[in-house]
Amino acid sequence: MTELSPIGARPRPAGGLELYAWLFMRVSGIALLLLALGHLAIMHLINSVDDINFAFVAARWANPLWRVYDWFLLFLALVHGFNGVRVMVDDYVRSPGLRVVSLVALYSLTLFFLFAGSLVILTFHPAIGN
Amino acid sequence: MYRGGTGQWAWLLHRGSGVGILLFLLIHILDTGLVLFGPEVYDKVVKIYTHPVFRVGEVGLAAAVLYHGLNGIRITMLDFYPELSPRQRPLFYGVVSVFVLVIIPVAYLMLAPLF
Repeated sequence: MTELSPIGARPRPAGGLELYAWLFMRVSGIALLLLALGHLAIMHLINSVDDINFAFVAARWANPLWRVYDWFLLFLALVHGFNGVRVMVDDYVRSPGLRVVSLVALYSLTLFFLFAGSLVILTFHPAIGN
Repeated sequence: MYRGGTGQWAWLLHRGSGVGILLFLLIHILDTGLVLFGPEVYDKVVKIYTHPVFRVGEVGLAAAVLYHGLNGIRITMLDFYPELSPRQRPLFYGVVSVFVLVIIPVAYLMLAPLF
């Protein structure tokens, strides 16, 4: 069907890991539409940057459902962004050595931020405030 | 992959907004992490986001997420319904129209405290 689209988008990969990565970008993208736009609406339109402080976070995370929401947003946004940069490394980084360095850095950074973010969401306790 | 025209602009803006959102996400994971160090540290740091420069940045972030999301819908539609691909240009104009309609009131709400 691609012949319909001489200036179309990235073609669907034939199979394997690249097909799953391609599918993940579409599926996580749709989920992120709700999660990320919902997060922006709640934090920036219903509330605002003037309202957000330690007490606000403590009150919000008193409800475990918001921790679940925030963790899904963290996980999907981070992996979606990571895979986007991975595609860009594929597109732009030509030297084989630099590709390895870029990918190692990319995987390490993603794992670090995923670990740090999960730690914050899962271990936060308002008693830190006392 | 592209030979100029709206498709290329849509693609370039998609990459640019994606990288921008990811950079902010990494900063945002770190600033939220400060909540583990107690209210003094956290409140002092997130107060920076109320500075006028950051309020303008906030609109930029909202614009990046909105565009990336709307154009992502366009990409996904074209991927799963290839018969739509001759209409990628009107679809892009649709993305731009919805973007403009939404970002104007959003920018107003975010910047109103400055005036």
